[in-house]
Amino acid sequence: MRVLDIKLFRDLKRLWAQALAIALVVGGGVATLVMAVGSYRSLEETRTAYYDRHRFGDVFAQVRRAPKMMIDRIAEIPGVAAVDARIAKLALLDIPNFREPATGQFVSLPEGGQPVLNQLHIRAGRLPEPGRTEEVVISESFAGAHAFVLGARFSAILNGRKRELLVVGIALSPEFIYAIGPGDIMPDNRRFGIVWMSEKALANAYDLDGAFSSVSLKLLRGASERDVIMRLDALLDRYGGTAAHGRKDQTSHAWLDHELDMLSNMSRTLPPIFLLVAAFLVNLTLSRLVALEREQTGLLKALGYRNIAVASHYMKFVILIVVGGIAIGSVAGTWLGIVVTKLFGDFFRFPFLVFVKSPDLYLMAAALSVLAAIVGAARAIGEVVALAPAVAMQPPAPPRFHRVLPRWFNIALVLSQPAVMMLRNVTHHPIRAAFTTLGMALATAILIVSLFTRGTMEELINVTYFMADRQDATISFVEKRPQDTVYQIARLPGVLAVEPYREIPVRIRSGNVERRIMLSGRPRDADLSRIIDVDLRPVVLPESGLAISDMLAQILDVRVGDLVEIDLLEGQRRTVILPIAARVEDYFGIRGMMDAQALSRLMREAPAVNSVHLSLDTNRLDAFYGAVKQLPIVGGLALQRASLANFRETVALLVTTMASIYTGLAAIIAFGVVYNSARISLSERARELASLRVLGFTRGEVLRILLLELTLLTMLAQPLGWIIGYGLAWMMKTNLAGETMRVRLVVENSTYVLASAIVIVAAVLSALVVRARINRLDLVSVLKTRD
Amino acid sequence: MNQSIFTAQALTKIYASGEVEVRALRELDLDIAAGEVVVLLGPSGSGKSTLLNIMGGLDRASSGRLYFNDLELTSLGDRDLTTYRRQHIGFVFQFYNLMPSLTAYENVALVTEIAEHPMRPEEALALVGLEARMDHFPSQLSGGEQQRVAIARAIAKRPEVLLCDEPTGALDSKTGILVIEALLSVNAQLGTTTLIITHNASIQTVADRVLFFADGQISRIQKNEMRRAAAALSW
Ligand SMILES: Nc1ncnc2c1ncn2[C@@H]1O[C@H](COP(=O)(O)OP(=O)(O)O)[C@@H](O)[C@H]1O
Ligand SMILES: [Mg+2]
Repeated sequence: MRVLDIKLFRDLKRLWAQALAIALVVGGGVATLVMAVGSYRSLEETRTAYYDRHRFGDVFAQVRRAPKMMIDRIAEIPGVAAVDARIAKLALLDIPNFREPATGQFVSLPEGGQPVLNQLHIRAGRLPEPGRTEEVVISESFAGAHAFVLGARFSAILNGRKRELLVVGIALSPEFIYAIGPGDIMPDNRRFGIVWMSEKALANAYDLDGAFSSVSLKLLRGASERDVIMRLDALLDRYGGTAAHGRKDQTSHAWLDHELDMLSNMSRTLPPIFLLVAAFLVNLTLSRLVALEREQTGLLKALGYRNIAVASHYMKFVILIVVGGIAIGSVAGTWLGIVVTKLFGDFFRFPFLVFVKSPDLYLMAAALSVLAAIVGAARAIGEVVALAPAVAMQPPAPPRFHRVLPRWFNIALVLSQPAVMMLRNVTHHPIRAAFTTLGMALATAILIVSLFTRGTMEELINVTYFMADRQDATISFVEKRPQDTVYQIARLPGVLAVEPYREIPVRIRSGNVERRIMLSGRPRDADLSRIIDVDLRPVVLPESGLAISDMLAQILDVRVGDLVEIDLLEGQRRTVILPIAARVEDYFGIRGMMDAQALSRLMREAPAVNSVHLSLDTNRLDAFYGAVKQLPIVGGLALQRASLANFRETVALLVTTMASIYTGLAAIIAFGVVYNSARISLSERARELASLRVLGFTRGEVLRILLLELTLLTMLAQPLGWIIGYGLAWMMKTNLAGETMRVRLVVENSTYVLASAIVIVAAVLSALVVRARINRLDLVSVLKTRD
Repeated sequence: MNQSIFTAQALTKIYASGEVEVRALRELDLDIAAGEVVVLLGPSGSGKSTLLNIMGGLDRASSGRLYFNDLELTSLGDRDLTTYRRQHIGFVFQFYNLMPSLTAYENVALVTEIAEHPMRPEEALALVGLEARMDHFPSQLSGGEQQRVAIARAIAKRPEVLLCDEPTGALDSKTGILVIEALLSVNAQLGTTTLIITHNASIQTVADRVLFFADGQISRIQKNEMRRAAAALSW
C-alpha cells in the first residue's frame, strides 16, 4: 500500500489548513478535559497531602473555658486518635497606618513547639520562643496584605488591654486556607489575619491558666464522626461548649471544598460538552471531507482495490488528523492544567503542589475523538463503497430541483440570481444545510456557556450587595450582648442607622437530612439588610416561622408551610419545631432567619444581640474606625465595600479566569467548525461554481452565491445557538449550585452578542480564505471532465 | 479464432433515475474471442460505455447473463468482481481518472502494486512515450499526456482484457497513433483481448471486428479480414 500512503501524505499536505482546523477542534475538546479534570485532581490531591502532612483536625469544638484535665477525658472517646486543646480568641488589632479596625484570630501554640494537630507550615522566621510573650507568628496572607516582614510590630486589644506584638514568623496552616473574619462573607486579608502566640501569653491575657477554649480532634480511620461529636458535646456542655462540628462546617475547609467543588463541577460539565461537541463536529466534517473523495474512491475500486483497502486508506487519513488533534490537545491541556493548578495553588497558598498524572483522561478523550472520527468517516466511506465503481467515478447526479413556490411566483423578480441559486442549493441539500447550521449553533452555544458566568457573577453581586445586604458595615461582638448595647453603637461617630441581630448556632432537620446553620433573629423593621425572595422581591418576615435559604429548602426538601426540627445549640439547648415561612434568594452559605422577638422567646432569654448592621456617614469614617478600635466588646468589623472588592478579587476572579480559558478553547473550536464548513461547501460545489465562471459569471458573483449561503446559515445558527447555549448554561448553573455558594442564571445580552460575534468573525475570516480559493478556481478542469 | 472470452446473453441494463427509465442496453447478445481487437462505434448514448462498464465489472446488468470464460460475471458479488477486475482487466477511461495527488509514476504504481505479474511502472510509461514525465503530477500534464498515463496504468499489469473508452478522444493524431500502437503491441505480445470505444471511424481498420451500436443494441457487426497496422492510420 506504499503508493496509497504517498497519496495520504500528499492529501494531508494539500488539505493542511482544513486538517489543522479539524485537529484544533479535536484538540480543543481534549485540552478542556485534560486541563479541567487534571487540575482539579492535582488540587484535590494537594489538599489531601497538605491536610495529612500538617495533621488537619477532623472535629472541632469551642468552649468558654474548660480545664485541661478534660483533654484526657476527650482522648478516651472511642474513635479519637489525637486531641489538641488550645486557646482561640478573636481580638481587634491596631495596625500602624491602617485606619480601619482589623481583627486577629488568636490561636495559642504550645510552649516551644508545634501543636499536635493543625500544624503550621513556617514560610519565614520561626515559632515564638518560650517565655517571649510578645512574639507572634502571623498568617502569610495577612502579612502580605500589610507588607509585614519579620521584626514588624503591631498591637492588639486582648481582653480589653492593649499589647505590643512582634512578628517572628510567617506561616500557613491547613486550618486557615480561607480566613474569613467574623461577620464577613468573603476573606479579607487586610482586615483579618491569624495570629499564633505562646499559650502562656494568651492564657495570661484571658485568665485561662490551665484551661482551653478550643479543641480539635483527629479521628481513627473508620470512626463515626457523629458519635464522637455527640460524646464530645456531652463532655463539653458544662464548659459552655457550642456544638462540635466536623470538617464540613469548618469555615476554611468548607470554602476550599466549595472552590474545589466548583472546579470539579465545571470539569464535569464543560469538558464533556466540549468533547461531545468537538466529536460531533469532527464526525460531521470528516464525513463530508471523505464524501468529497467519492470519485477517487470509485477509481480505486475500479482499479481492483478491495473495499477494506479503500476504507482503511481513508480511516488512516482521518485517524492521522484526529491523532494530530489529540496530540495538540494533550500538550495544550497538560500545560493549561499546570497553569491552572499553579494559579489556584497560589490563590489557596498551598505550601506545595502535587501534580497528579491522569492517563485515563488522555485515553478517554482520545478514544472518544477517534471513535467520532471513525464513525463519521465510516458513514461516508460506506455510502461510497456501496456504489458501483462506474457510478462512484461519476460526480454525484445533480439533485432534481422542484418548485417550492407556485409557478406564477417568479422569485427571480424579487431576489437576485445568486440569491435564488443559493436558496435552491440550501433547500435541495436540507440535511447538509441543517448539520452545518447545527455545527455553527453548537459553536455559539459553547461560547455562551463559557462566557455566561461573568453576567451571572454581576447578578450575584447586584442581588447580594445592592438588594439584600445594603448595610455599610457589620460589627460583631465577642460574645452576645444585652439589647441596650445597640444604643451604645448608635452613638458612635458617623453611625446613621443600626440594626441589631441575634445569632444562634442550630441544627436544622427534616426527615433524616440535617445541617448545622446560623439562625439569626432580625428586627421586624429591618431595612438595611433585607430578605429577598426567589422572585427578587423584598419580603417581610412573619411574626413566627422561619425563613431559610432556598438552597437549604432544597437540601431539606421542604416547602413553605412544612415543619422542620431545630436543635438550639446555645443556652438551654432545646429542640423545637418551626414552620417554614419563606424561601430566601441568597448566594452565600445556607442560613435561617426569624423575627428577633420570636427568637428570644424561643431561647427563653432577654433580648440580646451578637452583631449590628450599620449605615455610615462616609465623611466620618475615620472617627468611626477610631471609636470602634477603642471598644473591647467588638470582635470584628465587616465592611461591605471591602467585601465586594474582595469578592471581585477572589471568587469572581477565579470563576472568570476559568471562564476565559474555556472561552479561548471554545473560540478555537468555533473557528475550526466555521472554517471547515465554509471550505468544504466550497469543495463540494467547486465544479458547479467553476461551470458558472466558464459561463461568464464574474468571480464576485460566484463568491456572492457561496457567501450568501454561509451568511444565511450563520445567521440561522445564531438563535439556535442562543437557545442551546442557554440550556447548557442552565445545566451548568444547576451543577455549580452548592451550600457555600451558588448563582442565579443570568445570560446577559452582551454574552449572546459576544458569542455570536466570535462565530461571525470566524465566518468572515473563512470567507476571506474562500475568496482567495475562488480566485484560483481551476476553470479548465471543469471543461476536461464530463457534464 | 479460438474460444470466446466474453459471452453475453440477453444483457440488459436499465437506469432508473426516479420516474424516468433509461434502457441503456436491450437484450444484447455478443461473443468476443480471446485475443481479438474489437472496436465499438455508435452515436453518443447508444450504450457503448454501459456495456464496457459491465464487462469490466464496474457496474451490474439489470438482467441477462455475461460470462468471462466460464465465470458468470452477472452472478458475482462486489468482492468477487473486485478480484476479477484486479486479476484480469485493464481500463482506459474516457476521462483519464488519474489520482491528482500522485505523480505519473505513482499513478501507474498504484496498479502494479496490487497486480500479480506487472511491468515496472517506468516500462509501462516508456511504452506510451512518457518516461521523461514520470515525476509530473496530472495537473502538470496535458489532457493527452494524462490519457497516456492512464493507458500505461492499464497495460502495466499485463491484463488479459483491455477496455478502452474513447482513449484517443483527446489526443492529436501523432500521439493517438502512438497510443493505438501501444495497445496493439500489447495485444500482439500478450494476446490481450482489446475493446476500444471510439468516434474515430478510421480506427476501425485496426480491429478484427467492428460492432456498430444503436439504441442499446448491436445493429451491425463488421469483420475485417485484414487488420491495418497502427502506423498506417491517419485522422
Ligand atoms: N448513471 C446513469 N444513470 C442514468 N442514466 C445513465 C447513466 N449512465 C448512462 N446513462 C444513460 O444510458 C444511456 C447509455 O449511456 P452510455 O453507455 O454512456 O452511452 P455511450 O457511451 O454510448 O455514449 C444514455 O442514455 C445515458 O444517458
Ligand atoms: Mg460513452
